[in-house]
Amino acid sequence: MADNGLTPELMLDMYYHMALARAVDDRMWILNRQGRAPVVYTSNGHEAAQVGSAFALNRGEDWICPYYRDLALVLAYGMTPREVMLHLLGRADDPNSGGRQMPAHWGHAKLHILTGGSVVATQDVHATGLALASKLLKDGRVSVAYFGEGSTSQGEFHEALNFAAVHKLPVIFFNENNGYAISVPSRKQMAVQDVAARAQGYGMPGVIVDGNDPVKVYEVVKEAADRARRGEGPTLIEAKTYRFVPHSSDDDDRAYRTREEVQEAKKRDPLILFEARLREAGILTDEKLKAMQQQIKDVVNDATEYAEKAPLPDPATLGDHVYGSL
Amino acid sequence: MAVLSYLEAIRETLRQEMRRDSRIIIYGEDVGVRGGVFRVTEGLQKEFGEERVIDSPLAEAAIVGTAIGAAINGLRPVPEIQFADFIFPAMNQIIQEAARIRYRSNGAFHVPIVIRAPFGGGVHGALYHSQSVEAFFAHVPGLKVVIPATPYDAKGLLAAAIEDEDPVLYFEHKAAYRSLKGEVPEERYLIPIGKADVKKTGRDVSIITYGLMVSYALKAAEELEKENISCEVLDLRSVRPLDVEAILTSAKKTGKVLIVHEDNLTGGIGGEVSALIAEHALFYLDAPIVRLAGPDVPAMPYSPPLEHAFMVSPEKIRDKARELAQF
Ligand SMILES: Cc1ncc(C[n+]2csc(CCOP(=O)(O)OP(=O)(O)O)c2C)c(N)n1
Ligand SMILES: [Mg+2]
Repeated sequence: MADNGLTPELMLDMYYHMALARAVDDRMWILNRQGRAPVVYTSNGHEAAQVGSAFALNRGEDWICPYYRDLALVLAYGMTPREVMLHLLGRADDPNSGGRQMPAHWGHAKLHILTGGSVVATQDVHATGLALASKLLKDGRVSVAYFGEGSTSQGEFHEALNFAAVHKLPVIFFNENNGYAISVPSRKQMAVQDVAARAQGYGMPGVIVDGNDPVKVYEVVKEAADRARRGEGPTLIEAKTYRFVPHSSDDDDRAYRTREEVQEAKKRDPLILFEARLREAGILTDEKLKAMQQQIKDVVNDATEYAEKAPLPDPATLGDHVYGSL
Repeated sequence: MAVLSYLEAIRETLRQEMRRDSRIIIYGEDVGVRGGVFRVTEGLQKEFGEERVIDSPLAEAAIVGTAIGAAINGLRPVPEIQFADFIFPAMNQIIQEAARIRYRSNGAFHVPIVIRAPFGGGVHGALYHSQSVEAFFAHVPGLKVVIPATPYDAKGLLAAAIEDEDPVLYFEHKAAYRSLKGEVPEERYLIPIGKADVKKTGRDVSIITYGLMVSYALKAAEELEKENISCEVLDLRSVRPLDVEAILTSAKKTGKVLIVHEDNLTGGIGGEVSALIAEHALFYLDAPIVRLAGPDVPAMPYSPPLEHAFMVSPEKIRDKARELAQF
């Protein structure tokens, strides 16, 4: 662990962001069930994959192109819980969209989080294009597209990988494979076992990593980013993980998977595993954990209150930002 | 002043723009070594290198989608879609992404790209090498759609499109590439997007059109002059945004409007232009608005008699305009 650059402080910070994401996520579900937030998309279960990858990047400089699953990712990338809540509640000051997009449609220009729409896999080609510019402009940036395994059936996923590999672009394709696309299991999505196997068809490395281990994820993303910066081209990473809750607040996952399956998966909850590991290494103590939990509680309360009090968009702005000039 | 073909005007503008701004890159299928299937980009890779004139994989969604990413990260991409007929695999990226990114990010991101595509029929291209696709895009707020009618306009509109901070579709009529010639100044100039141009003034009938049909309308108008029928030819230049003021001014002036396009009739630009006139200039009209357009069949057939029957021609325009003048 010594030579991967992860100091105890960084590991603790990783854990903090994973726990923060879980707490924000839990709060969003409560707000939804109370009728205060119309819809919620979750990163619940994916925290290690997302936070581990964020820490391996040059945060705020490298581009990330997230999808709706990536709450923990954007928090680790610098979005504040207040900003997340402003977005959830469609407030005017939501930096993602000014209240225009539905929740979990991230985008933050200052943090180099690319705006995303709802159409899956569209961001894969954007990441390739960002990387095309980086190659020409020699800005040293790496771009990362994040996406679910279901979306890898889309043409744009394949077009993006092919284009990136042909032009040896500094881009990483980061798949969060949770085994389901809403209700459809991955065996009905693809005839291969692993998303990573697809890399071979495009002439790039395909790496499988335990998506519940933030350190392992950090290491493979770091390696892929180094490779990209050396001009050696793209990497496809498949982080195997699990979503512990329904796809969204409008989904009922009892229709397509057993409670036993979910319980079994929860034994490998990335938060619990990482907590145990940090305790074992002496990095996390009861005392530190308690203080952190209190801090997270305060931050989440503050964010919720802040966003609920924040003004809604003015209907007069409906026609703004269609064009820069006409 | 140099006389250039429509195609040469586009190429020389690309060259001039690329010399001016090193952020401009061109890519698409066969645009590099071969210089494009129509040779619009001929010689550009030689001058600007493989990094700026890129032979991309055969994948339209990737061509447009990567252009979006590249634009956001600081370049000014001018991707080419080899034929407008093959733009549909990229519809998702153009409509859902390019057009909506400024709006959905509340102005935090924007997408300065110009998508060039040859379009139009009458060149024995059959169903999949003859289409007019502008109406699909003209429907979409967030996009701009320009269709130059002359070499002079081709230059000024292309430079303006490249200068624009939003996604612009730039459609070039294939039959215009070599058939239209005209004087084109050497120095850079911009023609504002969204401004129509009166290509010929007249008293009796307004022919409102764009693209190749402008030259056809001018031919028709010239013939009708001999019959003492005076036609005004208004070239829209941009089909989104439309120049509402110019449309209404001409309609009010002549009181008789003939709208012409090669694209099929239903849901075409003509419907929008005619609605604008009906809403804002009805009482100035002396006759019902007339539309002359491609027929409502899925696309242009191959065999010459069928193709001919599909295409709008100077003769068809002349006859319709005469009918309208005599109303
Ligand atoms: C092109 C497109 N089709 C359908 C949908 C509706 N949809 C939203 S998420 C989803 C499942 C995606 O699953 P996956 O890619 O595995 O990501 P996960 O949610 O499991 O992280 C579907 C079908 C969509 N957003 N985009
Ligand atoms: Mg999935």
